[in-house]
Amino acid sequence: MQSLLLLAAVGIIAGVIGSLLGLGGGMVVTPILTMMMGLDIKYAIGASVISVIATSSGASIAYLKDDMLNLRVAMFLEIATTIGAISGALLAGVFSSEILFVLFGVLLAYSAFNMVMKLVRHQADAIVTQNDEMATKLKLNGSYYDKVQQKQIDYSVTHVPGGFIMMLAAGLASGLLGIGSGAFKVIAMDTIMKMPLKPSSATSNLMMGVTAAASATVYFFSGAIRPEIAAPLAVGVLIGATLGSRIMQHLSAKTIRIIFVPIILYMGVQMILKGFGINI
Amino acid sequence: MDNKQKQNEMQKVEVIIGQILRIGVAISVGVILIGIVVYLFSGNSGYADNAFPTRLTTIFSGIGSGKSYAIMMLGLLLLIFTPVLRVIVSIYAFAKEKDTMYTVITTIVLIILVIAILIGFYK
Repeated sequence: MQSLLLLAAVGIIAGVIGSLLGLGGGMVVTPILTMMMGLDIKYAIGASVISVIATSSGASIAYLKDDMLNLRVAMFLEIATTIGAISGALLAGVFSSEILFVLFGVLLAYSAFNMVMKLVRHQADAIVTQNDEMATKLKLNGSYYDKVQQKQIDYSVTHVPGGFIMMLAAGLASGLLGIGSGAFKVIAMDTIMKMPLKPSSATSNLMMGVTAAASATVYFFSGAIRPEIAAPLAVGVLIGATLGSRIMQHLSAKTIRIIFVPIILYMGVQMILKGFGINI
Repeated sequence: MDNKQKQNEMQKVEVIIGQILRIGVAISVGVILIGIVVYLFSGNSGYADNAFPTRLTTIFSGIGSGKSYAIMMLGLLLLIFTPVLRVIVSIYAFAKEKDTMYTVITTIVLIILVIAILIGFYK
Protein backbone atom coordinates (compact mmCIF):
# COMPACT_ATOMS: atom_id res chain seq x y z
CA MET A 1 0.00 0.00 0.00
CA GLN A 2 2.77 2.40 0.97
CA SER A 3 4.81 1.72 -2.14
CA LEU A 4 1.66 2.08 -4.26
CA LEU A 5 1.10 5.59 -2.87
CA LEU A 6 4.78 6.48 -3.23
CA LEU A 7 4.78 5.41 -6.89
CA ALA A 8 1.58 7.35 -7.54
CA ALA A 9 3.22 10.44 -5.99
CA VAL A 10 6.30 10.04 -8.20
CA GLY A 11 3.90 9.72 -11.12
CA ILE A 12 2.10 12.95 -10.25
CA ILE A 13 5.38 14.91 -10.18
CA ALA A 14 6.55 13.34 -13.45
CA GLY A 15 3.18 14.03 -15.06
CA VAL A 16 3.14 17.71 -14.06
CA ILE A 17 6.70 18.39 -15.28
CA GLY A 18 6.34 16.27 -18.40
CA SER A 19 3.10 17.83 -19.58
CA LEU A 20 4.17 21.37 -18.69
CA LEU A 21 7.34 21.26 -20.78
CA GLY A 22 6.55 18.64 -23.42
CA LEU A 23 9.40 16.48 -22.17
CA GLY A 24 7.58 13.31 -21.20
CA GLY A 25 8.23 12.11 -17.70
CA GLY A 26 11.04 9.64 -18.30
CA MET A 27 13.76 11.95 -17.09
CA VAL A 28 12.01 12.21 -13.72
CA VAL A 29 10.88 8.60 -13.37
CA THR A 30 14.05 6.69 -14.34
CA PRO A 31 16.47 8.28 -11.84
CA ILE A 32 13.97 8.15 -8.95
CA LEU A 33 13.16 4.48 -9.54
CA THR A 34 16.77 3.37 -9.98
CA MET A 35 18.61 5.56 -7.51
CA MET A 36 16.07 6.17 -4.77
CA MET A 37 14.04 2.97 -4.94
CA GLY A 38 16.81 0.63 -6.10
CA LEU A 39 14.85 -0.79 -9.02
CA ASP A 40 16.61 -2.66 -11.87
CA ILE A 41 17.24 -0.25 -14.80
CA LYS A 42 15.37 -2.60 -17.16
CA TYR A 43 12.12 -2.20 -15.19
CA ALA A 44 12.76 1.51 -14.64
CA ILE A 45 12.95 2.09 -18.41
CA GLY A 46 9.79 0.05 -18.93
CA ALA A 47 8.00 2.13 -16.30
CA SER A 48 9.31 5.37 -17.79
CA VAL A 49 7.98 4.49 -21.25
CA ILE A 50 4.57 3.91 -19.68
CA SER A 51 4.75 7.30 -17.97
CA VAL A 52 5.61 8.99 -21.30
CA ILE A 53 2.48 7.49 -22.87
CA ALA A 54 0.34 8.41 -19.86
CA THR A 55 1.67 11.99 -19.93
CA SER A 56 1.03 12.24 -23.66
CA SER A 57 -2.56 10.99 -23.60
CA GLY A 58 -3.49 12.75 -20.35
CA ALA A 59 -2.12 16.15 -21.36
CA SER A 60 -3.35 15.96 -24.96
CA ILE A 61 -6.97 15.68 -23.82
CA ALA A 62 -6.71 19.16 -22.25
CA TYR A 63 -4.52 20.62 -24.99
CA LEU A 64 -6.93 19.45 -27.71
CA LYS A 65 -9.92 20.82 -25.85
CA ASP A 66 -8.25 24.20 -25.48
CA ASP A 67 -6.95 24.19 -29.05
CA MET A 68 -3.38 24.58 -27.79
CA LEU A 69 -1.64 22.00 -29.95
CA ASN A 70 -1.04 22.01 -33.69
CA LEU A 71 -2.42 18.73 -35.02
CA ARG A 72 -1.07 19.08 -38.58
CA VAL A 73 2.45 19.86 -37.37
CA ALA A 74 2.21 16.80 -35.10
CA MET A 75 1.01 14.47 -37.87
CA PHE A 76 3.52 15.72 -40.43
CA LEU A 77 6.51 15.54 -38.08
CA GLU A 78 5.46 12.13 -36.74
CA ILE A 79 6.65 10.75 -40.10
CA ALA A 80 10.15 11.93 -39.14
CA THR A 81 10.08 10.74 -35.51
CA THR A 82 8.76 7.27 -36.38
CA ILE A 83 11.31 6.82 -39.22
CA GLY A 84 14.00 8.03 -36.82
CA ALA A 85 12.85 5.59 -34.14
CA ILE A 86 12.89 2.62 -36.55
CA SER A 87 16.35 3.58 -37.84
CA GLY A 88 17.50 3.93 -34.26
CA ALA A 89 16.21 0.48 -33.33
CA LEU A 90 17.86 -1.07 -36.41
CA LEU A 91 21.13 0.81 -35.99
CA ALA A 92 21.46 0.08 -32.29
CA GLY A 93 24.86 -1.47 -31.79
CA VAL A 94 26.26 -0.13 -35.07
CA PHE A 95 27.45 3.13 -33.54
CA SER A 96 29.19 3.41 -30.22
CA SER A 97 26.64 4.61 -27.72
CA GLU A 98 29.33 6.61 -25.89
CA ILE A 99 29.87 8.86 -28.93
CA LEU A 100 26.10 9.18 -29.45
CA PHE A 101 25.49 10.23 -25.87
CA VAL A 102 28.18 12.91 -26.20
CA LEU A 103 26.83 14.11 -29.57
CA PHE A 104 23.22 14.37 -28.45
CA GLY A 105 24.30 15.83 -25.11
CA VAL A 106 26.27 18.58 -26.84
CA LEU A 107 23.26 19.31 -29.05
CA LEU A 108 21.03 19.73 -25.97
CA ALA A 109 23.56 21.84 -24.09
CA TYR A 110 24.05 24.04 -27.17
CA SER A 111 20.27 24.53 -27.51
CA ALA A 112 20.04 25.48 -23.84
CA PHE A 113 22.88 27.99 -24.31
CA ASN A 114 21.09 29.45 -27.35
CA MET A 115 17.89 29.89 -25.37
CA VAL A 116 19.75 31.62 -22.54
CA MET A 117 21.30 34.08 -25.00
CA LYS A 118 17.87 34.80 -26.46
CA LEU A 119 16.38 35.33 -23.01
CA VAL A 120 19.20 37.71 -22.13
CA ARG A 121 18.76 39.67 -25.35
CA HIS A 122 14.96 39.66 -24.96
CA GLN A 123 14.57 38.03 -28.35
CA ALA A 124 12.68 35.03 -27.08
CA ASP A 125 8.99 34.51 -27.66
CA ALA A 126 8.49 37.05 -30.43
CA ILE A 127 5.76 35.73 -32.70
CA VAL A 128 6.79 35.01 -36.29
CA THR A 129 4.24 35.69 -39.00
CA GLN A 130 6.20 35.48 -42.18
CA ASN A 131 4.89 33.52 -45.11
CA ASP A 132 6.81 30.32 -45.59
CA GLU A 133 5.91 28.60 -48.86
CA MET A 134 6.37 25.05 -47.64
CA ALA A 135 4.52 25.64 -44.37
CA THR A 136 1.61 27.18 -46.27
CA LYS A 137 1.47 24.26 -48.70
CA LEU A 138 1.39 21.81 -45.81
CA LYS A 139 -1.17 23.98 -43.97
CA LEU A 140 1.04 24.07 -40.87
CA ASN A 141 0.39 27.63 -39.70
CA GLY A 142 -1.75 27.80 -36.62
CA SER A 143 -3.36 29.82 -33.91
CA TYR A 144 -3.97 29.47 -30.17
CA TYR A 145 -5.61 31.40 -27.37
CA ASP A 146 -3.12 32.59 -24.75
CA LYS A 147 -4.85 32.77 -21.38
CA VAL A 148 -2.07 34.89 -19.87
CA GLN A 149 -2.09 37.52 -22.60
CA GLN A 150 -5.84 37.02 -23.07
CA LYS A 151 -5.71 37.08 -26.83
CA GLN A 152 -5.75 34.82 -29.85
CA ILE A 153 -2.24 34.42 -31.25
CA ASP A 154 -1.80 33.55 -34.93
CA TYR A 155 1.60 32.18 -35.78
CA SER A 156 3.39 30.84 -38.81
CA VAL A 157 5.89 28.06 -39.06
CA THR A 158 9.20 28.30 -40.93
CA HIS A 159 12.23 26.12 -41.72
CA VAL A 160 10.15 22.98 -42.21
CA PRO A 161 13.05 20.86 -43.60
CA GLY A 162 15.28 21.82 -40.65
CA GLY A 163 12.56 20.92 -38.18
CA PHE A 164 11.98 17.63 -40.01
CA ILE A 165 15.68 16.73 -39.72
CA MET A 166 15.70 17.61 -36.01
CA MET A 167 12.66 15.34 -35.56
CA LEU A 168 14.57 12.51 -37.27
CA ALA A 169 17.28 13.11 -34.66
CA ALA A 170 14.63 13.07 -31.91
CA GLY A 171 13.36 9.71 -33.16
CA LEU A 172 16.92 8.37 -33.49
CA ALA A 173 17.73 9.46 -29.94
CA SER A 174 14.69 7.67 -28.56
CA GLY A 175 15.36 4.55 -30.65
CA LEU A 176 19.10 4.39 -29.93
CA LEU A 177 19.39 5.81 -26.44
CA GLY A 178 15.85 5.59 -25.11
CA ILE A 179 15.88 9.14 -23.79
CA GLY A 180 15.69 12.81 -24.65
CA SER A 181 13.20 12.67 -27.48
CA GLY A 182 10.78 15.15 -25.88
CA ALA A 183 13.48 17.80 -25.48
CA PHE A 184 14.54 17.49 -29.14
CA LYS A 185 10.91 17.71 -30.27
CA VAL A 186 10.33 20.96 -28.40
CA ILE A 187 13.62 22.38 -29.72
CA ALA A 188 12.72 21.39 -33.30
CA MET A 189 9.44 23.29 -33.15
CA ASP A 190 10.38 26.18 -30.88
CA THR A 191 13.95 26.98 -31.91
CA ILE A 192 14.09 25.82 -35.53
CA MET A 193 10.52 26.16 -36.81
CA LYS A 194 9.83 29.28 -34.71
CA MET A 195 6.56 28.02 -33.29
CA PRO A 196 5.59 29.71 -29.99
CA LEU A 197 6.70 27.74 -26.92
CA LYS A 198 3.25 26.81 -25.62
CA PRO A 199 1.95 25.10 -28.78
CA SER A 200 5.43 23.57 -29.23
CA SER A 201 5.25 21.96 -25.81
CA ALA A 202 1.63 20.85 -26.29
CA THR A 203 2.37 19.40 -29.74
CA SER A 204 5.46 17.59 -28.43
CA ASN A 205 3.23 16.03 -25.78
CA LEU A 206 0.87 14.61 -28.38
CA MET A 207 3.70 13.30 -30.60
CA MET A 208 5.57 11.56 -27.78
CA GLY A 209 2.78 9.05 -27.23
CA VAL A 210 3.13 7.64 -30.74
CA THR A 211 6.92 7.24 -30.58
CA ALA A 212 6.69 5.70 -27.12
CA ALA A 213 3.85 3.33 -28.06
CA ALA A 214 6.08 1.57 -30.60
CA SER A 215 8.85 0.88 -28.07
CA ALA A 216 6.38 0.19 -25.25
CA THR A 217 4.95 -2.86 -27.05
CA VAL A 218 8.47 -4.29 -27.20
CA TYR A 219 9.04 -3.67 -23.49
CA PHE A 220 5.61 -5.02 -22.61
CA PHE A 221 5.97 -8.38 -24.36
CA SER A 222 9.59 -8.83 -23.23
CA GLY A 223 8.53 -8.47 -19.61
CA ALA A 224 10.20 -5.13 -18.81
CA ILE A 225 6.94 -3.56 -17.66
CA ARG A 226 6.16 -4.76 -14.12
CA PRO A 227 2.48 -4.28 -13.16
CA GLU A 228 3.07 -3.38 -9.50
CA ILE A 229 5.43 -0.57 -10.58
CA ALA A 230 3.87 0.69 -13.81
CA ALA A 231 0.20 0.53 -12.77
CA PRO A 232 0.28 2.93 -9.77
CA LEU A 233 2.80 5.10 -11.63
CA ALA A 234 0.48 5.39 -14.65
CA VAL A 235 -2.45 6.46 -12.48
CA GLY A 236 -0.28 9.13 -10.80
CA VAL A 237 1.10 10.37 -14.12
CA LEU A 238 -2.40 10.77 -15.57
CA ILE A 239 -3.43 12.88 -12.58
CA GLY A 240 -0.19 14.91 -12.86
CA ALA A 241 -0.54 15.43 -16.60
CA THR A 242 -4.10 16.67 -16.17
CA LEU A 243 -2.88 19.18 -13.57
CA GLY A 244 0.22 20.18 -15.58
CA SER A 245 -1.72 20.86 -18.76
CA ARG A 246 -4.02 23.19 -16.78
CA ILE A 247 -1.13 24.96 -15.03
CA MET A 248 0.78 25.51 -18.30
CA GLN A 249 -1.95 27.68 -19.77
CA HIS A 250 -1.70 30.09 -16.86
CA LEU A 251 2.06 30.55 -17.14
CA SER A 252 3.70 32.98 -19.54
CA ALA A 253 5.91 31.57 -22.28
CA LYS A 254 8.87 33.25 -20.60
CA THR A 255 8.24 31.50 -17.28
CA ILE A 256 7.97 28.13 -19.02
CA ARG A 257 11.24 28.84 -20.86
CA ILE A 258 13.00 29.76 -17.61
CA ILE A 259 11.95 26.36 -16.17
CA PHE A 260 12.81 24.58 -19.43
CA VAL A 261 16.36 25.87 -19.98
CA PRO A 262 18.08 24.55 -16.81
CA ILE A 263 16.35 21.19 -17.23
CA ILE A 264 17.61 20.62 -20.78
CA LEU A 265 21.03 21.96 -19.79
CA TYR A 266 21.08 19.40 -16.99
CA MET A 267 19.94 16.64 -19.39
CA GLY A 268 22.64 17.66 -21.88
CA VAL A 269 25.43 17.61 -19.29
CA GLN A 270 24.12 14.30 -17.93
CA MET A 271 24.22 12.75 -21.43
CA ILE A 272 27.74 14.03 -22.12
CA LEU A 273 28.96 12.60 -18.79
CA LYS A 274 27.21 9.31 -19.53
CA GLY A 275 29.17 9.18 -22.79
CA PHE A 276 32.34 9.35 -20.70
CA GLY A 277 31.05 6.62 -18.42
CA ILE A 278 29.98 8.83 -15.52
CA ASN A 279 26.45 8.33 -14.22
CA ILE A 280 24.86 11.09 -12.18
CA MET B 1 -9.54 26.47 -48.88
CA ASP B 2 -9.80 29.71 -46.93
CA ASN B 3 -8.50 30.11 -43.42
CA LYS B 4 -11.81 30.00 -41.60
CA GLN B 5 -12.91 26.81 -43.31
CA LYS B 6 -9.53 25.29 -42.51
CA GLN B 7 -9.92 26.09 -38.80
CA ASN B 8 -13.42 24.73 -38.77
CA GLU B 9 -12.24 21.44 -40.24
CA MET B 10 -9.40 21.25 -37.71
CA GLN B 11 -11.79 21.76 -34.82
CA LYS B 12 -13.95 18.85 -35.94
CA VAL B 13 -10.90 16.59 -36.27
CA GLU B 14 -9.64 17.71 -32.84
CA VAL B 15 -12.99 16.95 -31.20
CA ILE B 16 -13.00 13.40 -32.60
CA ILE B 17 -9.38 12.76 -31.54
CA GLY B 18 -10.00 14.26 -28.10
CA GLN B 19 -12.95 11.91 -27.58
CA ILE B 20 -10.86 8.88 -28.58
CA LEU B 21 -8.08 9.85 -26.16
CA ARG B 22 -10.61 10.41 -23.39
CA ILE B 23 -12.28 7.03 -23.96
CA GLY B 24 -8.90 5.25 -24.22
CA VAL B 25 -7.56 6.83 -21.04
CA ALA B 26 -10.80 6.30 -19.09
CA ILE B 27 -10.98 2.59 -19.99
CA SER B 28 -7.30 1.90 -19.29
CA VAL B 29 -7.30 3.78 -15.97
CA GLY B 30 -10.53 2.02 -15.01
CA VAL B 31 -9.02 -1.41 -15.67
CA ILE B 32 -5.76 -0.50 -13.88
CA LEU B 33 -7.69 0.73 -10.84
CA ILE B 34 -9.80 -2.45 -10.73
CA GLY B 35 -6.51 -4.41 -10.77
CA ILE B 36 -5.14 -2.33 -7.88
CA VAL B 37 -8.35 -2.73 -5.86
CA VAL B 38 -8.35 -6.52 -6.44
CA TYR B 39 -4.69 -6.58 -5.37
CA LEU B 40 -5.42 -4.66 -2.16
CA PHE B 41 -8.42 -6.83 -1.23
CA SER B 42 -6.96 -10.20 -2.15
CA GLY B 43 -3.57 -9.25 -0.78
CA ASN B 44 -1.67 -11.05 -3.53
CA SER B 45 -0.69 -10.80 -7.17
CA GLY B 46 -2.15 -14.17 -8.12
CA TYR B 47 1.28 -15.36 -9.25
CA ALA B 48 4.10 -17.11 -7.43
CA ASP B 49 7.70 -15.88 -7.21
CA ASN B 50 7.12 -12.29 -8.25
CA ALA B 51 6.05 -13.42 -11.73
CA PHE B 52 3.55 -11.63 -13.98
CA PRO B 53 1.91 -12.45 -17.33
CA THR B 54 3.28 -10.85 -20.54
CA ARG B 55 1.43 -12.77 -23.25
CA LEU B 56 -2.16 -12.07 -24.30
CA THR B 57 -3.20 -15.68 -23.63
CA THR B 58 -1.75 -15.73 -20.09
CA ILE B 59 -3.17 -12.27 -19.34
CA PHE B 60 -6.69 -13.29 -20.34
CA SER B 61 -6.56 -16.62 -18.53
CA GLY B 62 -5.28 -14.73 -15.47
CA ILE B 63 -8.17 -12.29 -15.65
CA GLY B 64 -10.52 -15.28 -15.92
CA SER B 65 -9.32 -16.44 -12.53
CA GLY B 66 -9.40 -12.92 -11.06
CA LYS B 67 -5.63 -12.42 -10.72
CA SER B 68 -4.79 -8.78 -9.91
CA TYR B 69 -1.52 -8.56 -11.89
CA ALA B 70 -3.26 -9.85 -15.02
CA ILE B 71 -5.92 -7.12 -14.74
CA MET B 72 -3.24 -4.42 -14.28
CA MET B 73 -1.32 -5.71 -17.32
CA LEU B 74 -4.45 -5.49 -19.48
CA GLY B 75 -4.96 -1.89 -18.33
CA LEU B 76 -1.35 -1.02 -19.20
CA LEU B 77 -1.67 -2.65 -22.62
CA LEU B 78 -4.82 -0.63 -23.32
CA LEU B 79 -2.92 2.52 -22.30
CA ILE B 80 -0.10 1.64 -24.74
CA PHE B 81 -2.56 1.17 -27.61
CA THR B 82 -4.37 4.49 -27.01
CA PRO B 83 -1.87 6.57 -29.11
CA VAL B 84 -2.00 3.96 -31.90
CA LEU B 85 -5.78 4.16 -31.88
CA ARG B 86 -5.43 7.95 -31.99
CA VAL B 87 -3.47 7.70 -35.27
CA ILE B 88 -6.02 5.28 -36.78
CA VAL B 89 -8.94 7.53 -35.87
CA SER B 90 -7.07 10.60 -37.20
CA ILE B 91 -6.97 8.98 -40.65
CA TYR B 92 -10.74 8.56 -40.52
CA ALA B 93 -11.23 12.12 -39.24
CA PHE B 94 -9.09 13.71 -41.96
CA ALA B 95 -10.76 11.57 -44.64
CA LYS B 96 -14.18 12.59 -43.38
CA GLU B 97 -13.17 16.24 -43.70
CA LYS B 98 -11.89 15.45 -47.23
CA ASP B 99 -8.35 16.56 -46.39
CA THR B 100 -6.55 14.23 -48.79
CA MET B 101 -3.03 15.47 -48.02
CA TYR B 102 -3.34 14.77 -44.31
CA THR B 103 -5.21 11.51 -44.84
CA VAL B 104 -2.14 10.35 -46.79
CA ILE B 105 0.37 11.78 -44.25
CA THR B 106 -1.41 10.12 -41.31
CA THR B 107 -1.66 6.81 -43.21
CA ILE B 108 2.12 6.93 -43.78
CA VAL B 109 2.60 7.50 -40.03
CA LEU B 110 0.41 4.49 -39.24
CA ILE B 111 2.31 2.24 -41.70
CA ILE B 112 5.69 3.25 -40.22
CA LEU B 113 4.30 2.77 -36.71
CA VAL B 114 3.06 -0.75 -37.51
CA ILE B 115 6.47 -1.60 -39.06
CA ALA B 116 8.16 -0.28 -35.89
CA ILE B 117 5.93 -2.42 -33.66
CA LEU B 118 6.53 -5.52 -35.84
CA ILE B 119 10.31 -4.98 -35.84
CA GLY B 120 10.21 -4.68 -32.07
CA PHE B 121 8.03 -7.74 -31.74
CA TYR B 122 10.23 -10.04 -33.83
CA LYS B 123 13.62 -8.61 -32.98
